[in-house]
Amino acid sequence: MKEEQAVLLYILKRVLSAISVVIVTLVASFALFFFAPTDPAGVICGPRCTPERVADIESSLGLDQPKAEQVLLYMKGIVVGREYSTGGVVRHCDAPCLGYSYTLGQPVTKLIGAALPVTVSIVIGGAVVYLIVGILSGTIAAQVRGTSLDRFVVGTTLVVQSIPYFVFALMIALYATFLPDSRYHPFLDNPLLWAGGLLAAWLTIGVTNAASYTRYSRASMIEALGQDFVRTATSKGISRRRVVYRHGLRAGLTPVVTIFGIDLAFQLTGAIFTETIFNLPGLGLLTLRAFGQYDLPVLMGGVLIGSVVLVLMNLVVDIVYTFLDPRVRLG
Amino acid sequence: MSDQTTGVPQTVTRAPREAAAGEEAYLEVTDLQVQFPTADGLVRAVQGLSYSVPLRRTLAIVGESGSGKSVSSMAVLGLHDRRVARITGSIKVGGREVVNMSDKDLEGFRGGDAAMIFQDPQSSLHPYFTVGSQIMESYRAHNNVSKRAAKERAIDMLGRVGIPNPRRRVDQYPHEFSGGMRQRAMIAMALVNDPKLLIADEPTTALDVTVQAQILDLIADLQRDFGSAVVFITHDLGVVAEIADDILVMYAGTAVEHGPVNKILGEPLHPYAWGLLESIPALTGEPQPLHPIPGTPPSLLAVPSGCPFHPRCEFKDRVPDDWCTTLRPDLIPRTADLGRTSRCHLKEPDKVFETEVLPRLP
Repeated sequence: MKEEQAVLLYILKRVLSAISVVIVTLVASFALFFFAPTDPAGVICGPRCTPERVADIESSLGLDQPKAEQVLLYMKGIVVGREYSTGGVVRHCDAPCLGYSYTLGQPVTKLIGAALPVTVSIVIGGAVVYLIVGILSGTIAAQVRGTSLDRFVVGTTLVVQSIPYFVFALMIALYATFLPDSRYHPFLDNPLLWAGGLLAAWLTIGVTNAASYTRYSRASMIEALGQDFVRTATSKGISRRRVVYRHGLRAGLTPVVTIFGIDLAFQLTGAIFTETIFNLPGLGLLTLRAFGQYDLPVLMGGVLIGSVVLVLMNLVVDIVYTFLDPRVRLG
Repeated sequence: MSDQTTGVPQTVTRAPREAAAGEEAYLEVTDLQVQFPTADGLVRAVQGLSYSVPLRRTLAIVGESGSGKSVSSMAVLGLHDRRVARITGSIKVGGREVVNMSDKDLEGFRGGDAAMIFQDPQSSLHPYFTVGSQIMESYRAHNNVSKRAAKERAIDMLGRVGIPNPRRRVDQYPHEFSGGMRQRAMIAMALVNDPKLLIADEPTTALDVTVQAQILDLIADLQRDFGSAVVFITHDLGVVAEIADDILVMYAGTAVEHGPVNKILGEPLHPYAWGLLESIPALTGEPQPLHPIPGTPPSLLAVPSGCPFHPRCEFKDRVPDDWCTTLRPDLIPRTADLGRTSRCHLKEPDKVFETEVLPRLP
């Protein structure tokens, strides 16, 4: 029972430090964006704009307040919500309020809520592809190390890794015309259409990342299969398959899990190439557009989601690790 | 069989001393060769090794690092990767030939009739599985029983090797065990299927002296209970004196001396064995400088011609002609005692030992 308490305490500590990291990131990026020489009111107002109109918009956005006040207001919005008044109309924005998009006029939370499932679908589907392909080919290559099959696998990964990611994505978009059109359909509406529309993106993420996962798994499995405990397992008289996939893979995959957690976090926040090339309305595309239009609340929302995902994935990796490796229990 | 009459060195040699206890050999190794082709050339790790061990007896294999003691015993369990190692000769365990045994048969054979205890229990146990599950896996690989029954068996085995509170310990991970406890768990795992042949590869090297003595007692006790044949690999002559019935001294991948333990420790016949005895520091009297054997063990890529020990041998001048550098001696009786063999051209080695080596011993 003591052990469970220790694990809980460990998780609690990690969550607290995670929250503090997110807050620091928020303040820093707030400062970066809001001190930048941007002119959101001008963009909203358009080319023929009177100074009075600009001042009016700025006051409705709260941009005329001192910067410190703006940060506090933003934070307060996240925790308890806040009110916006535009042209005499007061709109209430429920917590967690990330503000309204300057250009789309919608709450940032709603925009992110629509974009997040797209990105998650792309990244998770791609991860399934590269994990299966990468770990399988890496494990097989490790078992036949030094043979021509092994050299073929390693050579292929080198070739794939040498192609820039966006070039690969463009080639898939150009040549893989036999794939269904790239389009996002919500999973719950029609799982088949959902999968079909994302296939090209999955293939791109899957193949490009499979190369590095093949290499990680191969190196990790070669090390694991050379361990004394694998020899012990062999000496028990269990099948070679069981030796490799139970004893070897269990030890060999543990480091790969760490890499996967971090990779997943980065992909969730930065699938910009994939989303742009395959025209999928995910988080990457949303923030890219916001960037071009000085849509600061949406940008901030993207940063917030990104930092939360990153910190969360780190936490998840650490917790998963305590289950994978009994020696690191109690952190 | 070769003997002195031909005068031609041969690798096929058999120890004439057969089953001292009057029993049939359970493990019989004949002219074993293990070679590893590498980029630098062919590594001849074991060359023409022959020995046998009957049930209820313990053979100690001693020698320096790289003398082939571990490599040869791993071959007994078929643990070498066949894509890497070339193995010829014969290894018979209970009448079954292990060299060239199919993978399927090897799986049934390993861990069942023949089991192995490895050197470093820290790295030889899987860190991610509980001790109990590792023992259970070994048991269930050879017995068609439920998990529950296998667990009872694991608890029983942990108790038998002297682990206190086995019912709680069975669910713990190796890192929760001390070094001695881990080695006990390894022994429990090796013995869970009542093997008739137990190979212990330096099982006490990683342990401190007190624990070492306990583990040796444990192996001796268990051998009595199970009636197994034991091959004990070590470079510690103190351990040998305590546990072994017979000794096989290995040098450069081959046996250089073989016989009962008291004879070989009391009056060895091979200059290499003399060097080993001389290198043991005296624990009484004035501290003396250590007496290592001069030189280094030969590279197994280029084993010296003739007797592989000749570059380090101080007695090679006593042998006529260039026998030491050109002729490989056979492993045959060199004295009136036919129960012991050695691989050395030296005439009357027992007299040389008594008059020249014995006075120098600490």
